[in-house]
Amino acid sequence: MNKYLLYPGCSMDSSAKAYMESLNSIVEPLNLHLEEIEDWNCCGATEYLGINLIPAYSLIARNLALAAKQTSDTRTVVAPCSACYLNLAKADYYMQERPTLGAKVNEALAAGGLEYKAGTLDVRHLIDVLVYDVGLDAIRKAVTHPLSGLKVVPYMGCMLPRPDYQHRWSDHEHPTELDDLLRALGADVIDYPLTTSCCGGHMTQIGPETAFELIHRLVSDADERGAQMMVTVCPMCQMNIDAYQNEMNHFFGTDFHMPILFFTQLMGLAFGKEPGEVGIGVELVSSRNALAHIGVEVPVTQEPAVPRKKDEGLSMPRRWTKHEGKKEAVK
Amino acid sequence: MPQMTDERVRAGMTREEDLSLLHEVSMKTAGVSHLEMCIQCGTCGGSCPVAADMDHTPRMLFAMLRAGMREEVLRSNTPWLCVSCYHCVVRCPQEVHIADVMYTLKGMAIHAKLYTDSTAPHFSQTFVGMVETFGRGYELGLATRHYLRHFPLRLPGMMPMGFGMISKGRMAITPKKIKHMDQLHAILNRAKELELTS
Repeated sequence: MNKYLLYPGCSMDSSAKAYMESLNSIVEPLNLHLEEIEDWNCCGATEYLGINLIPAYSLIARNLALAAKQTSDTRTVVAPCSACYLNLAKADYYMQERPTLGAKVNEALAAGGLEYKAGTLDVRHLIDVLVYDVGLDAIRKAVTHPLSGLKVVPYMGCMLPRPDYQHRWSDHEHPTELDDLLRALGADVIDYPLTTSCCGGHMTQIGPETAFELIHRLVSDADERGAQMMVTVCPMCQMNIDAYQNEMNHFFGTDFHMPILFFTQLMGLAFGKEPGEVGIGVELVSSRNALAHIGVEVPVTQEPAVPRKKDEGLSMPRRWTKHEGKKEAVK
Repeated sequence: MPQMTDERVRAGMTREEDLSLLHEVSMKTAGVSHLEMCIQCGTCGGSCPVAADMDHTPRMLFAMLRAGMREEVLRSNTPWLCVSCYHCVVRCPQEVHIADVMYTLKGMAIHAKLYTDSTAPHFSQTFVGMVETFGRGYELGLATRHYLRHFPLRLPGMMPMGFGMISKGRMAITPKKIKHMDQLHAILNRAKELELTS
């Protein structure tokens, strides 16, 4: 049995709950044992690091300290979110590379009765342990419903294969782990050179024009290559490409409809789980048509009640489009 | 600091070389930044997916740091546009921790109140405020506060998305809180004191 300490991260029970549900559905077929870190806190995403250094790393290190304290018969922490993975892995690495940082962080941790000796734990991403510990052979054996005929582009995102101080990935810019895993599920994997290009991260919140440009590059390229869906390993990537695709379409005057699912959702389907068990249906860009290609029927859910725009009535602020300058639109 | 030689004065150099800003940024950066090792090759700017929107490419910014242009550097939008994709980091021949230097510059710009556009600093501060209150992220609270403050006109167009996220259970109405908030507060308060004395 493969046993790990799980650091879920904040998005796993909210925006990326489909990721958590589908992860739960594959632990049994793959004989994985995930033990959640008790009372873990937010890793600070990419925000805290840009304000204060020592508090940011202390926030991250509290999780490492809790995990190390909890360690029973494993010293490997698994994070399904790329940003969480990077923060935990980077903190562990920098505390060793720069001993003064390690000492200060430990001084802060001591105020809460904790300590962490950098290097004690192995921090790894979920897909890393699935491909390299569980192994593609075991995954292939668990497949009962191969995804033959489903055309997918593997989207690894940026924070997973880079900066990769621990040398875990096959390549920094064109890693093949996700391609290999999806092929093991029987999917028709399309080569996707943008696989580690950025989705915009927090730019959807602070500089939407910049984010829309990055999302547009990814979605239009996947579409041109004939993909029926994108497959991701990161809650942030899923959120940006799924939830902001509509706004991006308005901005560019395009009409893309590119669903993006978590790789664990496709694993669940290939292992014979029902769509509802793997969180399918909560994505905003529906994957129903794409999944119909492999004979998976997604039940039609009640569409959310959206206030309809009336033909007559008071004029409302218009949607923001590329043709309106940024300055006029925001002010 | 090197003494100014007669030759340098004759060459028209009227100011002392001052690397203190470069060293300050380097020391404030997590890990070993290698910032001083930059050879101005420009691989960073050429690898950057958002360089087109930046006031200065990373290469240019690092040259400005070396030249001691504190205010210009801290007013630059470059660190705020960095999406932390680490493309430049893995390509840099000198192994400069470029993304981490950008984090350092953001922090310095916030402390010096020298940023030009407040959208990004406010977002970071609101996010951190949520984390310091609950120990976890709180998307609905963050989004509501941030959009009302910075993108009120974007809100109507985003209603379908917001409704979708909530009705599909992807955005919790109430925040989740960790059990040992007191412990986290103690750690963060001590960490802030340590930051000041560094």
